[in-house]
Amino acid sequence: MMNCKQASQLISQDVDNLLSTRERFALKFHLLICKYCSRFSQQLKALHVAITGMSKSIEDDTSIKLPSEAKQKIVKSLESEK
Amino acid sequence: MTTNNVHDWLNEHGDYLYRFALARLRDPHQAEDVVQETFMAVIKSNNFAEQSSPRTWLTGILKHKIIDLMRKSSREMAASDLMSDQDANMDEFFDDKGAWADKPKVWDAPESALEQKQFFKVLQSCIDKIPAKLATLFVMRDVHETDNEEICKELNITTTNAWVMLYRARMGIRKCLEINWTGNHKQ
Repeated sequence: MMNCKQASQLISQDVDNLLSTRERFALKFHLLICKYCSRFSQQLKALHVAITGMSKSIEDDTSIKLPSEAKQKIVKSLESEK
Repeated sequence: MTTNNVHDWLNEHGDYLYRFALARLRDPHQAEDVVQETFMAVIKSNNFAEQSSPRTWLTGILKHKIIDLMRKSSREMAASDLMSDQDANMDEFFDDKGAWADKPKVWDAPESALEQKQFFKVLQSCIDKIPAKLATLFVMRDVHETDNEEICKELNITTTNAWVMLYRARMGIRKCLEINWTGNHKQ
């Protein structure tokens, strides 16, 4: 019988599509009888959605600009490259 | 590339490239550095294909600079960080029978925009708490930009190392969220 520690490892690997058919089957069975691992699985899914959303919100936030000192530094480096 | 071109591009796309890097590295200084390296590479290069848009081309170079940075930091990673077996250091999460030490709770998704914002703040602070290399790997993986094979190739790590690191990162972040994101937990 698989314990929760082993199941949690498989759940994480499943996110990355690393499970064999047999492992996936064994995990499914564990998830049917274990509500805590089911929650953990839901949490990893939620985490994935959140992290994608957070990156997108930074990328789309046009109020974030390249700091002017950094820009000056780049201009200077470009000049010295000439 | 002519200097004029590159200066125009810096004005036009610099902010976007900075946001792109910041979204992935989450460190303002590192983000500035990779943007600078991108433009330095550009001025030395003559490969711009007129048919592609400058932004797409610049973003492609930036992506490589970000991966280079990850590769460098992974080299600095202690061997013990990489090589330990799958069961190492997970004792805080499970008891000796392999059952959850702290039972995972039900999370409610943040509903309002304000809640969402607060949640991002907590999530960011949790990501900052785990080792930086794990955090970067986690973000690179989970914004779905890099598939596993590419991560392993670029970072010169085995598939096993990659999944152990990702597993650790996820376990650490979720535990931190469970403690710090108190949005209507149900037992």
